[in-house]
Amino acid sequence: MYEIPVLTITLIVPLLGAMIIMCLPAGQHKGIKWTAAFATLISLLLSIFIFLTYDRALGGMQFVETIPWIRDLGVNYALGVDGISIPLLLLTNLIGFSSIYASWNLRERVREFFALLLILIAGVMGTFITTDLFIFFLFYEVVVIPIYLMVIMFGSTKRVSKEYAGMKLTIYLLIGSAFLLTALIALFVQARAISGIASMDMAFLATLNYGVEFQILVYAFMAFGFGTLLSMFPFHAWSPDGYAGAPTAVSMIHAGVLKKIGGYGLIRIALTILPAGAAVVAPIIAVLALGNIIYAAYICLSQKDLKYIVGYSSVSHMGYVLVGIAALNLISINGAVIMMFAHGVMAALFFAMIGNLYEKSHTRNIEDFGGLAHQMPKLTAGFMIAGLASLGLPGMVNFIGEFTIFVGAFGTYRVITILAISGIVFTALYVLRALGRMLFGPRNEKWDHLQDLKGVEMVPLLVLGLAIFIGGFLPFTLMDLINNGVGEMLAQIGPLQIGGWW
Amino acid sequence: MYEFILPNAWLIAFLPFLAAALIFLFVHRWPGISAGLSIFAIMAAFILSLPVALAVFGEEGGAVFEFSTRWLSMPGLNVDMGLLLDPLTAVMLIVVTFIASMVQIYSLGYMKGDPGFSSYFAYQSLFAASMLGLVVANNFGQMFVFWELVGICSYFLIGFWFGRDSAKNAAIKAFVTNRVGDFGFLLGILFLQIIFGTLNFAGLSQEIAGYTNMAILIPVSILLFFGPMGKSAQFPLHVWLPDAMEGPTPVSALIHAATMVAAGVYLVARAFFIFASVPQAMTFIAAIGGITAIFAASIAITQNDIKRILAYSTLSQLGYMMMAMGVGAMTAGMFHLMTHAFFKSLLFLGAGSVIVAMHEEQDIWKMGNLYKKMPVTTWTFIIGALALCGIPPLSGFWSKDEILLAAYASGNMGLYILGAFVAFLTAFYMFRLIFVAFFGSNSYGEKKAHENSAVMTVPLIILAIAAVFAGFVNSPLMHHAFGHFINSPAGIQPEPSTAIMISSTLIALAGIILAWLIYQKKIISHEVLREKYSGIYQLLKNKYYVDEIYARLGDVLVFGAARAMFWFDIHVVNGMVNGIAFLTGKSGDSLKYTEDGQVQSYAMYMMAGVLILVVLALIAVESALL
Repeated sequence: MYEIPVLTITLIVPLLGAMIIMCLPAGQHKGIKWTAAFATLISLLLSIFIFLTYDRALGGMQFVETIPWIRDLGVNYALGVDGISIPLLLLTNLIGFSSIYASWNLRERVREFFALLLILIAGVMGTFITTDLFIFFLFYEVVVIPIYLMVIMFGSTKRVSKEYAGMKLTIYLLIGSAFLLTALIALFVQARAISGIASMDMAFLATLNYGVEFQILVYAFMAFGFGTLLSMFPFHAWSPDGYAGAPTAVSMIHAGVLKKIGGYGLIRIALTILPAGAAVVAPIIAVLALGNIIYAAYICLSQKDLKYIVGYSSVSHMGYVLVGIAALNLISINGAVIMMFAHGVMAALFFAMIGNLYEKSHTRNIEDFGGLAHQMPKLTAGFMIAGLASLGLPGMVNFIGEFTIFVGAFGTYRVITILAISGIVFTALYVLRALGRMLFGPRNEKWDHLQDLKGVEMVPLLVLGLAIFIGGFLPFTLMDLINNGVGEMLAQIGPLQIGGWW
Repeated sequence: MYEFILPNAWLIAFLPFLAAALIFLFVHRWPGISAGLSIFAIMAAFILSLPVALAVFGEEGGAVFEFSTRWLSMPGLNVDMGLLLDPLTAVMLIVVTFIASMVQIYSLGYMKGDPGFSSYFAYQSLFAASMLGLVVANNFGQMFVFWELVGICSYFLIGFWFGRDSAKNAAIKAFVTNRVGDFGFLLGILFLQIIFGTLNFAGLSQEIAGYTNMAILIPVSILLFFGPMGKSAQFPLHVWLPDAMEGPTPVSALIHAATMVAAGVYLVARAFFIFASVPQAMTFIAAIGGITAIFAASIAITQNDIKRILAYSTLSQLGYMMMAMGVGAMTAGMFHLMTHAFFKSLLFLGAGSVIVAMHEEQDIWKMGNLYKKMPVTTWTFIIGALALCGIPPLSGFWSKDEILLAAYASGNMGLYILGAFVAFLTAFYMFRLIFVAFFGSNSYGEKKAHENSAVMTVPLIILAIAAVFAGFVNSPLMHHAFGHFINSPAGIQPEPSTAIMISSTLIALAGIILAWLIYQKKIISHEVLREKYSGIYQLLKNKYYVDEIYARLGDVLVFGAARAMFWFDIHVVNGMVNGIAFLTGKSGDSLKYTEDGQVQSYAMYMMAGVLILVVLALIAVESALL
């Protein structure tokens, strides 16, 4: 029986799109944009198809494809998805699709921009659907290049220059990946020493028994590498500056999904392969996560630039994901996964709205605005949906993430979770203050010329808004799937001893 | 018929939700259709509530029906969306849908011509849906979901006139203050989930009955009570409610007087099995309720804004209800919740009618003699005020009497005296308002005002009828039918006392007479009083300076700290990174001079390297030998 390689098609369509775009004449803006839109639409539809047809009763890795690649290292081009990766695959394509429309008004170097954007989308997608460690790392490195180029070519300079932002973003990613590479090599060598088999297959690596010291060391390296990517305190400094410098689409993809590679890696790779290491290092992650949640939320209160607010806010929200991962139980990790999805759509929507406003007004300082709801009711709705999702309002998928994480984490850590929950107060305060300053209050005639969202500009709002509401009102659509994946993973690694009054 | 209606009672909440969604998405452009849809949905919800109530009250002691559907579930955590239909729910369903219907009809007149007319009705419907979802909840998870949703509806409706900075700030203040309470509430819920493994009310009730670890139950029940403190605006989280008067007046009537703010009291009643098993928590609740009652009533006597007087009155009455809960009189608390919902929404709608007639004037000193021009508003307002003051046989008399009776029977004389004094203050500030605004020597009102159209006055008349008669359901005349259904095994039901009835009536009359002497007859000059007790007057006028204290604390603890942390992030955390980058660059710069192309120097570096390695090897060998 010959099966259609759905995952490969999903992955390759954006790359094909990029190639077609590079072949089009540079001035052919319409054609370039529609090609990009069409390519991402196919990927989005395919990932929805995967989401809907994944056999939940069967579980495990499905849509599997394996082609041997580097035999000496045991590297295979191996793809497959389960309950943990499907939400992130879906997220990537929801945001990828929306990011095209958020960049619709671009006028300069259109061809390069959309080609790089499509490569970026494919790269991120690749990390989530491969089951081979080597391929994972390869895709992870692939995303760095378009990010750097796009920031320095298309970014904006405000508090810091776009060159600085691009460099900072890239260097942090590279430092993280250096640690990661070291950990991967150590893992590969150790696994071969134990089993005599050279393999980069994640599932295989997870079946071996490594020594506890080894696990702790390698997990710590991974935690640093992935943690940096997830903007774990105090390695978060790249995040606000990077987003501020980056063009809208890059901010959307970076904050929306690229960051989540860190969380995904911590669960899929670090925890699954090195559970004993996780049990020892996790409490440290939980404590650092408080730095994210509270410290970054406080900083949001002092920010004036919208992108800095959302940048620090994204650092703060990643703290919840980290707490969920560090609590090492089914409920908390379920929560962490759905929180990654939730934060992704929310952050992407936020950045799409900011980008749209910035394009028209050339400022992102909230104090320049006021009363925008008079001129731009649709944009206001977009900001409010993102903002309310951000503060964890029920009815939005973010609430499901936060609530589940809190319940799960509370089973492992008491004091840490209580402190983490206090974040909901600060988040409400900075979100509502910033949005209130910008959107409400007396009409400001200065902005009467601004046009509200119209036509394709509505796409990000509709697509991402819909995802936020569906996940919020019908959480079982996502949660059952996630629970499936996380449950299987935890059953495989067995019980973990962790916890205490703290 | 019941077989169909009861399992489908979720429609009661869903119809308004559907109306909200349809308005937002499709019919926004047509104000008439939007309003029609919204009113149709809430009236349908009211009609559907009737058979539910009949089914529940049809059985001796009240029937209980429960339905659940899976919502968020995984091993170890289950949050269902459920329907718990029992007497408590039935009362709330009727009260909420009835008052919401009245308020929405009234809003047709009040909001006429407003550019946000359609959105207003969409938010009204969304609020009704959330409030009804809260009322039918059968577990704490669902309760929390709708708890927050009514909060956000309140945010939108307070800030409805978003062009005003004051409305915007009031909305933020309301939501954030509630979040502080919800922080504790959520913690309490998490504790329940972790300890008992369920959030279902019936399940928890069984678990708690056999649970005796007070060291856990005391903090848990007090944490849970943080939620009601926020939502029902109890001291010290009361600060948001007076500011919430920035919203349109019908909103104040429905949300910030009759229903949403009462949700806290409802929650305490719903989870009474937890609170009643913890005496310390009950004392805490009674104390907070009592403090709020007297605190707010004392502020109300110095306010000049008609809506703010009513807002402080609401605070005070909510405190009353909480106090009743705290002394164990769950029936009395819920009874007062119901009667208060009728007469206070009446009073607010009356105030709204005055405000429309006075072209947005809210200062009672700029009104006067309104009775000549606005007879319906005046007389219904007086009925509402008399009910609030507890003049027999109006509804407030019966419920307030039960609270005072319960306070007395609980043996806590302090609370009884406090309650009686609050009753005196209540009568005084209400009739101060009435004599100054509706009668009195000023004639601004007489010159400007006119009676409003039927769409506004008919709801006033209907609510006035309810305010008169609603109290009979738990009066001795009807054999305390209400208490027959709404009660708790843990609660108290003291015997009626004629002495307390008479004394509380006299106290209320005393308050009315004093107001009459000062503000109508002017036998005692209020200017002189104000001069003589200017210290107290200033303290009350400035609401005990609580807002100022919070603002100062917030500036230092929140915004000051925020700036400090940003400085730290830029200079220390970021500085560290830039420092490392700088060092890397510098060291690269200096190291590049080692690549000078001279074979001799390379040989020398090699020698040095070998030497270092030899030394290291020797050290290693030495230490291995030791």
